[in-house]
Amino acid sequence: MAQDSGTRTLISHAQLRRGRGRVLYWTLLTVVVVGFTLVFIGPLYWMVTGALKSGQEIAQTPPSLFPQDPQPQNYVDAWTNLNLAKLLFNTFYYAVGAVLFQLVLDTAAAYSLSKLRPVFGNAILGLMLATLMIPAMVLIVPQYVTVIDLPILHLNLLDSPFAIWLPLVANAFNIFLLKRFFDSIPEDLMAAALVDGATPLRTLWSIILPMSRPILGVVSIFAVTAVWKDFLWPKLVMPSPETRTVSVGIYAFAGGTPMNVVIAASVIAAIPTVIIFLVFQRNIMSGLTTGSLKG
Amino acid sequence: MAITTAPGATGAPGRPAPPYPSGWRRTSLGRKVRDNLTGHAFLIGAVLCFAVFSWYPMVRGVVMSFQRTRRGQTTWVGWDNYARIVDDPSFWTAWKNTFYFTILALVLGYAVPFLVAILLNEFRHAKGYLRILVYLPVMLPPASALFLFKFYAYDPSEAGLFNATLSALHLPTSEWMQSPGMTMPAMVIASTWMNMGSAVLIYLAALQNIPGELYEAAELDGAGIWRRIVNVTIPQTRLILALLAMLQIVATMQLFIEPLILANGAGTGDSATSVAYLIYQHGFFQNDLNGAAALGVIMLVVLAGFSAGYVRLTAKQD
Repeated sequence: MAQDSGTRTLISHAQLRRGRGRVLYWTLLTVVVVGFTLVFIGPLYWMVTGALKSGQEIAQTPPSLFPQDPQPQNYVDAWTNLNLAKLLFNTFYYAVGAVLFQLVLDTAAAYSLSKLRPVFGNAILGLMLATLMIPAMVLIVPQYVTVIDLPILHLNLLDSPFAIWLPLVANAFNIFLLKRFFDSIPEDLMAAALVDGATPLRTLWSIILPMSRPILGVVSIFAVTAVWKDFLWPKLVMPSPETRTVSVGIYAFAGGTPMNVVIAASVIAAIPTVIIFLVFQRNIMSGLTTGSLKG
Repeated sequence: MAITTAPGATGAPGRPAPPYPSGWRRTSLGRKVRDNLTGHAFLIGAVLCFAVFSWYPMVRGVVMSFQRTRRGQTTWVGWDNYARIVDDPSFWTAWKNTFYFTILALVLGYAVPFLVAILLNEFRHAKGYLRILVYLPVMLPPASALFLFKFYAYDPSEAGLFNATLSALHLPTSEWMQSPGMTMPAMVIASTWMNMGSAVLIYLAALQNIPGELYEAAELDGAGIWRRIVNVTIPQTRLILALLAMLQIVATMQLFIEPLILANGAGTGDSATSVAYLIYQHGFFQNDLNGAAALGVIMLVVLAGFSAGYVRLTAKQD
């Protein structure tokens, strides 16, 4: 999947470089680039500029391409009326915690399953992977019941960030990705560390983790975007206005707020994930395809 | 994410090799016990999270579906919850809508990413740009994207993005979410726009693994572009095509946030009610967590039955 400029695909290069093929190729490329820009960026442009229009302007037919009388006030209203600063901070806080919990607990578990291999390790791995088969919607009710009254401890985790952090640790896909990466680290390194008298923890910290930066990056990025995009679970376990995530907060306000302000808030809510994507797009795309292909 | 999750299920390689080269280490019993304890100490955090938030709820869901809790009193009620859920007139509507959505999403959301991937794979220019474009909507919070569709794209007057475009092209406009017949197609369009990026990227990676000689040979045999797609591209990507079809069906059967935001839940004339939305309704609005659990079990059985049938069908073809 790395460099593919040399491999031949459906249509040969030679055919595309000559005469009619060349004309056709450039025409098609132009059409696709323009078409895709319209289809994928167009709605986002509409969203960002639409939120700048006044209530009357957004309802006029035909709609205007540029806001005639830009109303940045919509964005200001969204920020203050919906208390977006608080909502964004909450979401950010949940995302950071989720990354930390997943990195520590899932990495430790994957390391154990890959390198330490205690008894019943494979059975535990099997049970973990089996959870991938169970659709999230099926578990939503019993999970909610568990979170409002934890077994044995009888704690109520509603409105507590642990209600978001801990269930996200139970992510078999992370364990699978990490374990497969650790499996590819040669056993000799482990043996060498053992000869030098390193404890398993020391080996993990000084040998395995430094080699695993790419996969740790992928897991972290996915953890952040998962928290940022999630809707139903945070809606259920973070019921009070002070603990809401940004998506849930916008939804809660959508009924009684002018629609341009709701859209302005949606734009602001989307900015962090878009930035993460543009910065880390290489890691995200490679993580997505390695995770799915070589299983 | 959902799309990338399932391959893990097949990837549980059990390597029998001992953790360390044996021989230079005494394998006393005490040592073995200690090594195992260390191993489990590293596992315990994740295992507890799985146990409390995944394995236990799975069992609890089934148990709950046969119980009824009223004023703190929990009693066994047999199949009562199931009977009540099935008697609800929305039950069949929800299944009908969910299947309709799944099929429409399969036609649109399954074929389109594959064709887009085939097209993008041919280009030698602007590759990175096109990939970023296709994947960009996947990164938006679904609630944000759906408000965009709800307020700006599916506006039933000609002020909306879709109707304005259609009328500019002199095509008939639609009332979108206000018209029961268009509710599902409108939700499928929004959902495909939001989600197709990951499928396109996975297909692109699969397409790049096809050996070029196969196309070469097919071309020498006089196969045109269409024949090459049917006889080389599709067979070579068969496994990933089958896998993504399966994953997509499981994902679309859980249709929830699209009806909730675009159609305010049920939609015009119950045209948007989905099974997942009904679970949410029963559990969190009608104070019927037991009924919701029963509906969850029904959903699990339907999906499991479907998956089993699908695996059998695809296994036969091999």
